[in-house]
Amino acid sequence: MQTMSFILSLAIWLPVAFGVLLLAVGRQENAAVARWVALIGAVIGFLVTIPVMTGFDNTTAAMQFVEKASWIERFNVFYHLGVDGISMWFVPLTAFITIIVVLAGWEVIEDRPHQYYGSFLILSGLTVGVFSALDGLLFYVFFEATLIPMYIIIGVWGGPRRVYAAFKFFLYTLLGSLLMLIALIFLYYKSGGSFQILDWHKLPLAATPQALLFGAFFAAFAVKVPMWPVHTWLPDAHVEAPTGGSIVLAAIMLKLGCYGFLRFVLPIVPDAAHQFAPVVITLSLIGVIYIGLVAMVQQDMKKLVAYSSIAHMGFVTLGFFIFNELGIAGGIVQMISHGFVSGAMFMSIGVLYDRVHSREIASYGGVVNTMPKFAAFALLFSMANCGLPGTAGFVGEWMVILGAVQYDFLIGLLSATALIFGAAYTLWMYKRVYFGDVTNDDVRGLSDINAREFLILAVLAAAVLWMGIQPKPFTDAMHVSVTEPRKHETQSKQN
Amino acid sequence: MTDLNWLAVIPEIVLLGMACLVAMLDLFVTCPKRRPTYLLTMVSLAAVAGLHLCALDDGSSVYAMQKMVVTDAMGHLLSLCATIAVAISLTYAQVYAGPRDLLKGELFTLSLFALLGISIMIIGNNFLSIYLGLELMSLSLYALVALRRDHAQSTEAAMKYFVLGALASGFLLYGLSMMYGATGSLDIGEVYKATLTGQINKQVLAFGLVFIVSGLAFKLGVVPFHMWVPDVYQGAPTAVTLLVAGAPKLAAFAITIRLLVEGLINLATDWQQMLMILAVASMTIGNLAAIAQTNLKRMLAYSGIAQLGFMLLGFVPSVVAGNTVSAGNGYGSALFYVLTYVLTTLGTFGLIMVLSRPGFESEQISDLAGLAKRNPMLAGVMAVFMFSLAGIPPTVGFYAKLAVLQALITTNSDLLLQISILAVLLSLVGAFYYLRVVKVMYFDEPAQGAPAVDASGARLLLSLNALAVLALGILPSGLMSLCAKAITQSLAG
Repeated sequence: MQTMSFILSLAIWLPVAFGVLLLAVGRQENAAVARWVALIGAVIGFLVTIPVMTGFDNTTAAMQFVEKASWIERFNVFYHLGVDGISMWFVPLTAFITIIVVLAGWEVIEDRPHQYYGSFLILSGLTVGVFSALDGLLFYVFFEATLIPMYIIIGVWGGPRRVYAAFKFFLYTLLGSLLMLIALIFLYYKSGGSFQILDWHKLPLAATPQALLFGAFFAAFAVKVPMWPVHTWLPDAHVEAPTGGSIVLAAIMLKLGCYGFLRFVLPIVPDAAHQFAPVVITLSLIGVIYIGLVAMVQQDMKKLVAYSSIAHMGFVTLGFFIFNELGIAGGIVQMISHGFVSGAMFMSIGVLYDRVHSREIASYGGVVNTMPKFAAFALLFSMANCGLPGTAGFVGEWMVILGAVQYDFLIGLLSATALIFGAAYTLWMYKRVYFGDVTNDDVRGLSDINAREFLILAVLAAAVLWMGIQPKPFTDAMHVSVTEPRKHETQSKQN
Repeated sequence: MTDLNWLAVIPEIVLLGMACLVAMLDLFVTCPKRRPTYLLTMVSLAAVAGLHLCALDDGSSVYAMQKMVVTDAMGHLLSLCATIAVAISLTYAQVYAGPRDLLKGELFTLSLFALLGISIMIIGNNFLSIYLGLELMSLSLYALVALRRDHAQSTEAAMKYFVLGALASGFLLYGLSMMYGATGSLDIGEVYKATLTGQINKQVLAFGLVFIVSGLAFKLGVVPFHMWVPDVYQGAPTAVTLLVAGAPKLAAFAITIRLLVEGLINLATDWQQMLMILAVASMTIGNLAAIAQTNLKRMLAYSGIAQLGFMLLGFVPSVVAGNTVSAGNGYGSALFYVLTYVLTTLGTFGLIMVLSRPGFESEQISDLAGLAKRNPMLAGVMAVFMFSLAGIPPTVGFYAKLAVLQALITTNSDLLLQISILAVLLSLVGAFYYLRVVKVMYFDEPAQGAPAVDASGARLLLSLNALAVLALGILPSGLMSLCAKAITQSLAG
C-alpha cells in the first residue's frame, strides 16, 4: 500500500493539469486538438483511479491510499487524502463521468471548446479532491472551488436564462457553505486546534453545540443535495446548463451534499442527527412524494429529469437518517446508481436536443420510428430511472425501502409510493416522446445515433445493467465502512 | 544623543536621498517618456526593498532617533510590501500616464515622498513622528490626485480628499494631544506605561481615544468616515487611484497597530467595541452600496470599504478579559488580510489601466463586456482577482477571511461568533457583485464596436500579480506564518 500512496493525488491533479493546459494554450482555431487533449486527459484521469478499485481492501473501515503532508502550519492544516468504503466508489465514478462528458460535447460545443473542456477537467479533479479529503479545511477548499468551473460552464454554454441560473446556483450553494465554514472553524477550536475529520469523529460535544453544528452542516449539504424546500436552484441550473453540465451536476455534484452528510453530520454530531432525524425524514419524504408529483406535470424533459433527481436524492437522505445499515448502504448505492442513471437520462435528452433544439416534450412524438436504436437505449434508462429490478436504479431504492420498513412501517410505505410516481412520470414521458405516430417534420427528419453517441450510451447501459445485476462489489466495499462506524455513532457523544 | 542609531533607519534615509535625486534628475530629462526618471525610481525602490528584505530576518526591535522611531519585524514587512506596491503601481501607471500628459517628474517624486511618509508612519514610535509621516504621505497624495489639473472630476476629487483629509488629520491630532495632556508623553512606550498605572483620568483618555479612532477610520476609509473613498477613487486618474488604494492602507494598518495596540492596549475594551461597530457598519454599507455601482472604480471603492471592515474584525478579538493570547492571532490575521487585499487591489486597478487607451478610460463595468472573447488571458486574470475578493478558494482572499474568522471564533465568545456569522453572510452579498464582473466578462457578448484589447507593457506584471494571488491561495502557509511571526516579535519587542 505504501508504494501506491500517491494515487489519489494523481487522480486529483492530473485532470486539473490537463484542464489548466487546455485553458493556457487552447485557441478557438485548434478546437480539434483541444478535444483530443481533453479526451486523453479524461481517460488518463480514469485510468489512474483503477488501482483504487482493484487495490481496495474490503475488510477494514480504515482509510486507505492515505497521503498526509503538512499544508498550512499555522492552523495545523494537512494535505490529507484517503478513501474508505463510503467514498471509494466516487473517485472512479467522477473520472468515468468526465469521459462521458467530454464525449457528449464532442461535436456539439463549438464556442471555445478548450475552455469548456478545461473547466470540466478541473472540475473533475476538484470533485475527486472533495471525496478524498480527510482534512476539514482541504475538504472545504475543494468543495468551494468546484463552484467556479460550474458557474462558468452554466453561464457560458448554458441556455437562454443561463445568467440567472448561474447566479442562483453559485449564491445558493455559497450561502450554505459559508455557514459550514463557521462550523469547521468552530470544530477546529473545540478539538483544540485540529482540522482532521477523523479527530472530529471522536470529539465529544454537548447538546447545544451539536445542534448548532448540525444546523450549519445541514444548511451546506441540504442545499447541495438538494432537499425540499431548498431545491429550487436545481431545476434552473439543470435546464440552462449544457448537456455535459447537467450530467456532471446530477451524477457528481449532488453527491457532494449526500457525502457530506455521511462524512460530517452522522459521525460528528450523532446526537443532533438523531434529534433532528424526524425533520430530515419528513423533508426527505416530501421530496420523494411531492417532487415526484411535480415531476409528473413538467412540460420540459430536462426539468422533469431534474425533479426526478431531487426525488431520488430524497431516498438517499431518507436512508441516511433512519440509522440502520440497510438504509445507509442503500443510500450510498443509490448515490452511485443515480450517477449512472441520471447521467444517461441527461445524455439521452442531449441527443434529442442536439438534433431538434427543443426540450419540450410536446415537440416530440414517435421518435422510435426514426431513431429505433436510440429509443431502445432510452427505454433501458427510463426503466432504470423508475427502479426496475435488474437495473441499477432498483438496488438502492429497494435497500432504502427495506431499511425504512424496519425503522417504521408507515415511512416505508410512504417511500415505496415513490416507485409508483417514478414509474408514472418516467414512462409517461417516454410514451409521449418516443411512442405514437410521428407528429412533426422535426421528428421525421431525425437521424439515428452515430457511433460516438452509440458508444457513450452503450457504456452507460453496461454500467446500469452491471450494477443492477451484480451489486455485490459495491455493497461489499462499503459494508465494513458502514457497519464499523455505526457502532460508535449510535453512542451518545454528549458528556 | 546616545541612541540616534542611524543604521536602523538606513532604508528611509536612502529613500529620502533618492527621492531628492529623482526630483533633481528629472529637471534634466527631456525624453517625453521619462525613461531615466522611471528607471532611477525603480532602482531606488529596489534598493529600499532590498534593505528591508535583508532586515526582515533579524526580527528584533531596534529603537532609533531617540525613540522617535522603531524598526521591527512588522515594520520591515509592511515597508517592504509598501515599497513593492508603489513599484508595481508606477509600472502600471507608466503605460497609462503617457498619453494623458500625466507622465511628469512629479508623478515619480511625489510617489517617492508618499512612500517616505508611509515608511515613517510604519516605523513611528512617537505621536509626532507618526503625525509627520501621515502628513507627508497625505500632502503628496493630495497633489497626486490633482495631477490632471485641467480635468474637472480630478480636481473635485482632490479638493474633497484635501478638505476631508485635513479634517481627519485634525481629529487625529486633537486625539493625540488629549493623550499627551493625560499622560504627559508623546512616546508610545511612555503612554503605555502611563495608562498601565491606572492613575490617569479615564474621561480624558476615552475622549482622546474617540478622536484617534475617528482619524484612523478616516485613513482606512471605513464607515462612517468613508465618504471620500468612492469620489477619490473614481475621480483620480487610475494610476493615482492605485497609489491611494494600495500602499497607504498598509500605513493605516501600521499606525492602527502602533497607536491602539502598542500605545493604548490598556484601553482595548473601549476601542475594540468602537472598531467592532466600524467593522460591521463598513461591511454592511460597503457591500450593499457596491451592488448599485456601474462604475468599476467606484464599485471597487465600496468593495474596499467592506474589505477593510472585514480586516478590522481582526482587531476585535485581541484582548478578552485581560488575556492577550488571542491578540497576536487576531493582529497577525489582520496583517495577512491587509497584505493580500493590497496585492489583489493592485491587480484590479492595474487591469483597468491596461484596458484603457487614450480617450477611453475603461472604468465602467460594462466596458469589460465579452473580455473573455477579446482577451482570454486578461479575463482570466480579472476573474482570479474577483474570486479572491469574494473569498472563494483556491485564491488567497479565502485564507485572509479564514484567518480573521478563526481569530474571532477561537475566542469562544458568543458575540464574536454571531459577528462572524454576520460577516460571512455579508460576504455572500459581496460575492454577488464580484460575480457580476465575471459574468460581464464571460457571459456577455462584446459591445458593438468594442475595440480588441491590445494588452502590452504591463501585461506580464499583471499575470504575475494574478499568479501570486493563486499561488498564495494554494500555498498560503509561508506568508501566513511570516505575518504571525512578525506580529508576535513586534509586540514582544
